[in-house]
Amino acid sequence: MIINRLTQMFAHFILLLGVLLMVIPIWLAFTSSTHDNVTLITEGMQWYPGPLFIENYDEVLNEKGGFSEEITATGMLINSFIMGLGIATLKVIISMMAAYSLVYFRFSLATPIFWFIFITLLVPLEVRIFPSYKIVSDMGLTNSYTGLVLPLVASATAVFFFRQFYKSVPDELLESAKLDGANSWRFFIDFLVPLSKTMIAAMFIFMFVFGYSQYLWPLLMTTDEKYWTVVMGMKLIYVELYEGVSLPRVGQRFAYIILSIIPPVLIVVLLQRWFIKGLIQTEK
Amino acid sequence: MKKVQFKSKYTQYIFLAPTLIIISIFLYLPIVQTFRDAFTTQDAFGFGRFFAGWDNFKFVLSDPSYLVALKFTFIYIFVITVISCSLGLLLAVQANKVIHGKSAYKTLLIWPYAIAPAVVGVTAQYFFSERFGILYALFNSLWGFDWTANIFDAYIYLFIAGSWKQISANFIFFLAGLQTIQKSVIEASLIDCRSSLRRFWTITFPLLMPTTFFLVIINITYGFFDTFGIIDTTTIGAPSGETKTLVYKAYIDGFRGLDLGAAGAQSIIMMLLVLTITIIQFRYIERRIHYN
Repeated sequence: MIINRLTQMFAHFILLLGVLLMVIPIWLAFTSSTHDNVTLITEGMQWYPGPLFIENYDEVLNEKGGFSEEITATGMLINSFIMGLGIATLKVIISMMAAYSLVYFRFSLATPIFWFIFITLLVPLEVRIFPSYKIVSDMGLTNSYTGLVLPLVASATAVFFFRQFYKSVPDELLESAKLDGANSWRFFIDFLVPLSKTMIAAMFIFMFVFGYSQYLWPLLMTTDEKYWTVVMGMKLIYVELYEGVSLPRVGQRFAYIILSIIPPVLIVVLLQRWFIKGLIQTEK
Repeated sequence: MKKVQFKSKYTQYIFLAPTLIIISIFLYLPIVQTFRDAFTTQDAFGFGRFFAGWDNFKFVLSDPSYLVALKFTFIYIFVITVISCSLGLLLAVQANKVIHGKSAYKTLLIWPYAIAPAVVGVTAQYFFSERFGILYALFNSLWGFDWTANIFDAYIYLFIAGSWKQISANFIFFLAGLQTIQKSVIEASLIDCRSSLRRFWTITFPLLMPTTFFLVIINITYGFFDTFGIIDTTTIGAPSGETKTLVYKAYIDGFRGLDLGAAGAQSIIMMLLVLTITIIQFRYIERRIHYN
């Protein structure tokens, strides 16, 4: 291949512009989160870090806020983690099982059940939000982790990811497993699950980010501040901070934004190899 | 389907049970409820329920503000898709080209994918606030930007907030797509065609078509549903309802107005739109088999 210096320089130039486009907004939010509110209000957002890093972050993490002054950002972060992990874990497990049944078993109801699950792709939670809320509240699940997690587990996407993947697994695997005398449970646990490691990792990260990012559902579901998540609290805390004190607490707001961004970003960046590998698999 | 399969009386249902139970309770029950809401009216006190036929649908579709939301939703999805796809593709092509620093660029470009739309919205709000906003100040000095008064400016605000993190998602998939193109094809094209721009449009881009189709669907779904958090934290429909998407409007109508009939009808119209998208997606999957 001919290495053209000019093309290389041009590529680096474009990529640097792209990186700046992604980094600058969050950099500004971070630097602004380390200044005091008077500076921020009189001079606007700040480009360089200020002196109040520890104070602002400590205040956001530990000071109780909300309407009844019960919740801290730490508590909301924990709730978000519970929601993200709960959705990801449950979804991966039940979807693998369902996909396994649809691909590896011969039974007459397989096609109708496939369609029964498939049609659910047409109805994301946003479309059925009020009836879902009604059912969850009739079951007494508002203000509970179960209520936060279960309705979001009900979707077919992960079943299809795993179904696609199982279909690409060579038939010989099952043939040889059968020769070794493996029954359906053994084959699933000893052969298929270890083989799906990359897919599981990717799906898990994908679903964790999905669960962690939820905004509308927790907003509707939680009236008790104990169950607030960090993403949904974003807007409520904002209102509270503006009305509660004479000076808008902009610095703390930025600290709150940065804190809420860190966990999912770390997960995606640290596990990016698995994540990307899995996403490419699912696209096939 | 597999040539070799298990045969059992019950085992397959044990594997299916958790999914089926959860889907029945949290998906099918609400869907049935939605249909019931959409085809009935309730009196103001919630005592009676009457069959209403298509009345709720007629009511929704004859509401001028619904048509405004429909128009905005399509414009919004279209612009977000174009911006984030083209920038994602541009960055992916360059990242595939560089010899040094490839993985560093990759890491620096994918992380916004993990940021929740509502968080993007809250952050964008500062960049576009009259008091702090760097972008507000810049655009204001250029052409008197004021999104609270001017529809076009509110559009720009939402286009930027909506596309930003989506560039990352498009970048990831385009880069993956580029890496699956075989070296021999690229090398052969190097001999035939000297202009790298023409090489891209005649060789690389057609080979990326399946990825592009796939991403268009991803972006449409994102624009449709995930932008709720962005709108609710930025314009809230400002200047005066012109920047509501269908999902946002259905939520506001149902929540504030408590008109469950109209909300149900809106939900069903959205289901039909998603159905259309899904059919297109399926046709694309079929087409894709031809490519490979």
